[in-house]
Amino acid sequence: MNAAVIDIEEHFEKVRPRLLAFARLQLEDEALAEDKVQDTLLAAYEAIDRFNGQSKFETWLFAILKNKLIDEIRRRSREFTTDFDADQVAEVDEMFDERAHWVSGQQPQKWVQPESSYLHEQFWQVFDVCVFHLPKGTARVFAMRELLGIETDEICDSLGLSQQNVWTMLHRARLKIRGCLERGWYGREEIEQ
Amino acid sequence: MMSCKRATEQMSQKLDAPLSLIEKMSLGAHLMMCGKCSRCQQQLEQLHRVCQKRSETKD
Repeated sequence: MNAAVIDIEEHFEKVRPRLLAFARLQLEDEALAEDKVQDTLLAAYEAIDRFNGQSKFETWLFAILKNKLIDEIRRRSREFTTDFDADQVAEVDEMFDERAHWVSGQQPQKWVQPESSYLHEQFWQVFDVCVFHLPKGTARVFAMRELLGIETDEICDSLGLSQQNVWTMLHRARLKIRGCLERGWYGREEIEQ
Repeated sequence: MMSCKRATEQMSQKLDAPLSLIEKMSLGAHLMMCGKCSRCQQQLEQLHRVCQKRSETKD
């Protein structure tokens, strides 16, 4: 082993408990969380040439882990089946007319399900379907911002996007998810509480 | 008068970074006049809160 490899291992062991705690929180699966942290170490070895030393080593490892978690959450969501069709949700451009006012069929409707209905496990199945019907890049930015709580500055840095770009993606994501949740959950009267 | 689409852009941005005084005033004026956008804003804020609850409810 060369010096760089030994160095990574040493640093990695220091950061490992924090990576693991983070992965457990997101996946609620001990073994899977371990796997993802292990994958992160392997990816770090392979990509060590690309670590430019400008960001902290820990920040860099977290960025790798976050991407692995987002991919895992994406993969899981495809396994869910629900009885509504998220493909029917309008694109943002279809929500507004040429004067940029709401199109009549796309106006936000009153939500009949209470805010607390997120406590239902089924809510999150609908939610995941909605998130992962977004284009991949948009879903990733949305998940980083809203589910992992990362500030937009950091998202810009780690993905190499401009601030305006990230705001545009978040705007599109939020409007689409709003419409999707209205269709799949909040607007539905028949869900048993 | 700000368009509805622009208003939704600003209400989304407000969840990520503070708006300038002028942006706040023009969004506020639009929301006072537009029930659809007011409802949209409440729902986007709810979405934001619910996302924050996710890690708490997953324990």
